[in-house]
Amino acid sequence: MKNQVEKVQNTPENVAQPEKNVEKKGHDRKKVFLAGIIKDNPVLVMLLGLCPVIPATTSIINALMMFIAVLFVLVCSNLIISLIKGIVPKEIRIPVYIVIIASLVTVIDLLLQAYAPDVSNSLGVFIPLITVNCIILGRAEAFASKNSVLDSLLDALGMSIGFGLACLVIAIFREFLGTGGFTLTNPFNSDQSVSWLPLKDLALPVMVQGIGGFLTFGIIVGLFAWITKSKVPGKNSDTTLKSQYSTLKEIEACRKEGKETK
Amino acid sequence: MVAFYTALLSSMIVSNSVLAGYKGLCSYLGISKKSSSAFGMGVALTFVCFFSGLICWGLGFLLRELEIYDFMFTIVSILVISSLVQFTELVIKKFFPSLYKTLGIYLPLITTNCVVLGLALQVGAYTDASSFPEVLATVLGVPLGYFIVIMLFSCIQERLETSNTKYNFKGAAIGLVATAIMAIAVYGLGGVI
Repeated sequence: MKNQVEKVQNTPENVAQPEKNVEKKGHDRKKVFLAGIIKDNPVLVMLLGLCPVIPATTSIINALMMFIAVLFVLVCSNLIISLIKGIVPKEIRIPVYIVIIASLVTVIDLLLQAYAPDVSNSLGVFIPLITVNCIILGRAEAFASKNSVLDSLLDALGMSIGFGLACLVIAIFREFLGTGGFTLTNPFNSDQSVSWLPLKDLALPVMVQGIGGFLTFGIIVGLFAWITKSKVPGKNSDTTLKSQYSTLKEIEACRKEGKETK
Repeated sequence: MVAFYTALLSSMIVSNSVLAGYKGLCSYLGISKKSSSAFGMGVALTFVCFFSGLICWGLGFLLRELEIYDFMFTIVSILVISSLVQFTELVIKKFFPSLYKTLGIYLPLITTNCVVLGLALQVGAYTDASSFPEVLATVLGVPLGYFIVIMLFSCIQERLETSNTKYNFKGAAIGLVATAIMAIAVYGLGGVI
């Protein structure tokens, strides 16, 4: 009985959600595109798809190549999934999506191995791991399976640009602090490279390693929440504010409980 | 036997999947608000990792025999993982309903956990059948390493929740800074094994 009641309660919500999306997205396509960049930035606000962020931000070139790989996979998967959304039975949709994503990832993995072997070496296992990147499956499940092809494409572009920008910002800080400057190498031909290293003697190699990655990433997440809160009033910082308010409320509740037990 | 223990310790601590391998960060930050949920995630992940790792190791040989390893292995291993997760969910739901209540919600999350696929890809690269002890140590060590780190981090998170952090750094941001400090400890063990 309980299960049935839950099901009945769930269905109106499930039906209502896509309608809401259509309403929101219908009157402003620009919003769909921009949502992924600032308001719902996948890395800095939603904290999704973090596996490639730390290893891909050791240098600007790595961040750019990871951005291209994610862009390709996300755009293609959103396109395909929004095209086949009517055909796939609901029960097996997740395995179907995962197989589509895995095939796309294999394509980009083999392309990078063939044409940019250096980048493929330095990113290593994190290119095939795009398969399980939460951003891609998340967008397939939450957006592409409910919206039109054009909207899904815009959403994929916005989300991947948001991911790429976040990676690029972290990479700029890490590369500058870690090597004392910037080195740009042509990913398709490693002989061509331009480097500008004004602070080479003051470089902190630890910033290029994982420790520096976690540290820079944490600080940038905090700073981003601060900037979006102060510069963009109202709706744009809803997600972060809500989560912060909820944690604050939880803390207050915890303290009250503690006082009562004492 | 020495090789087994060396591989176990190295995959568990020195090349820890979170702090040195940067895998599974989404669930690491998302699940670790409470130590009880971190424990549930750790147990479920250890179980899935162990079996999917062994299956993918075997499938690696089969795919190499058929000469389709290069372009099929990622697809095959993610299918193995997602079907194993589904299967585990069904079995636990049917035979251990009380366990399902605690672990059930973490199982679907494991499909998209980088640790599991990363382990499958790592194990599938072994081309030698005599590497079995090493593979066994890896499939045990990687999830146990994740388990240890997520348990430690959940304890830190519980303290951070009540501590007086700067407003915008509350939650994930200060958690990542704390992770950086934990990573220093693992980095210091780098030369030991």
